[in-house]
Amino acid sequence: MASSEGGFIPPTVSDAHLPDIFPWFAEYGTGVGKQMIMIVLSIILITWFFTAAIKNPKLVPGKMQYLAESGYAFVRNGIGRDIIGEKNFRPWVPLLFATFFFVLLNNLFGAIPFLQLPSFSHAGSAYAMAIIIYGTWIGVGLKNHGLRYFKLAVVPSGVPGWIMPLMIPLEIISNFIVRPLTHSLRLMATMLAGHIIVMLAASGARYLITVQEGLAYSGLGVGVIIGSVAMYFLELLIMALQAFVFALLTAIYIQGAIDADAH
Amino acid sequence: MNSTDFILAAGEGANPLLPNPWEILVTGVGFAVLLFIVIKVIAPKFEQAYEDRVTAIEGGLEKAEAAQKEAEETLAQYKAQLLEARTEANRIREEARSEGAQILADLKTKATDEATRIAEQAQRQIEAERTSALASLRTDVGSLATELASKIVDEALADDARSQRVVDQFLADLENQQNAGASN
Repeated sequence: MASSEGGFIPPTVSDAHLPDIFPWFAEYGTGVGKQMIMIVLSIILITWFFTAAIKNPKLVPGKMQYLAESGYAFVRNGIGRDIIGEKNFRPWVPLLFATFFFVLLNNLFGAIPFLQLPSFSHAGSAYAMAIIIYGTWIGVGLKNHGLRYFKLAVVPSGVPGWIMPLMIPLEIISNFIVRPLTHSLRLMATMLAGHIIVMLAASGARYLITVQEGLAYSGLGVGVIIGSVAMYFLELLIMALQAFVFALLTAIYIQGAIDADAH
Repeated sequence: MNSTDFILAAGEGANPLLPNPWEILVTGVGFAVLLFIVIKVIAPKFEQAYEDRVTAIEGGLEKAEAAQKEAEETLAQYKAQLLEARTEANRIREEARSEGAQILADLKTKATDEATRIAEQAQRQIEAERTSALASLRTDVGSLATELASKIVDEALADDARSQRVVDQFLADLENQQNAGASN
């Protein structure tokens, strides 16, 4: 619509990567920017909040302790215990807890004015998390079942022998190749999409109101802003949901590795 | 979505699927640090707080159960005591009733005995007084009659022997008369 008139340039993915904060590092290609600062910020915030909330634990918790305990219990019981099971879940609570809140806070950064960038819209961060989880559950499988784990993971039980040549390659592809990719790309793509919608709405509204002549276009611009508020709340939901899904899948992969011989 | 279209639209050098290796490093190391803090500090503290709460609540429940048990025992004890006291009261009442009846019977017999005794005594006294009155009457009547008779007869009866005979005769008659009257 707008581009046909020649004035509007839609934002692109490269706009999600802000220039380096330290330009003199740029020649080394470190790309130290807002995104990396936010990753570090999220670690500091999570550590600060949860240590401060539980510093002097009370039997009857105050507001902050209650909030922190609810968050911890949500991951511990809602994800860890329900998925991994009563017997084995305890050692995995810290990993699930760190994963969930790390992803959640970095996603929510996309909804906070001025930060306004979900860290995981950058593929690197999503890959890093997926690699850590990938290595973890394969390690769990090897530790619990030895090398037999790979057989358990790719040879489905209760399937007739003649279908095995079809099933085994499929299982290898789905478990060991597609799984880490979907795990990371699901997060990255939803965050990036949300971020692009925000950028598009902002630049579009700005273009309609300031560049285009006429009341109708300005009104349309205001309409875009109003619509973007609804999108904002949808984004909030998606941010929380993606963090939950990421942690939930982590728990499911670990559970699958622990109980590889159970199915 | 067709990914190649998207990548082409994004322009050169901005393929969203190509990571910045430094971001992988920062995220990986950062997450490792966070995980370390969570394992060493945060998770144990939350688990500890949770354990403490469970202990406190279970302790409270145990205490409450003990108190309830004690209360029930005391109640049973009181009920037993109450029953005992009631039985005791019944027993005492029964005893009192029988004792009262006994006392009443005793008193009745005693009263009857006393009444009989008093009546007998009165009888005896009346008898004695009658006897003494009879005796005194006998002497008095004898001398009076003799005196009267000697006054009437005037010395004619001075002879003691004769007068004594007369008197005895008279008295024997009188006695006979009286005996005849008493037997009637």
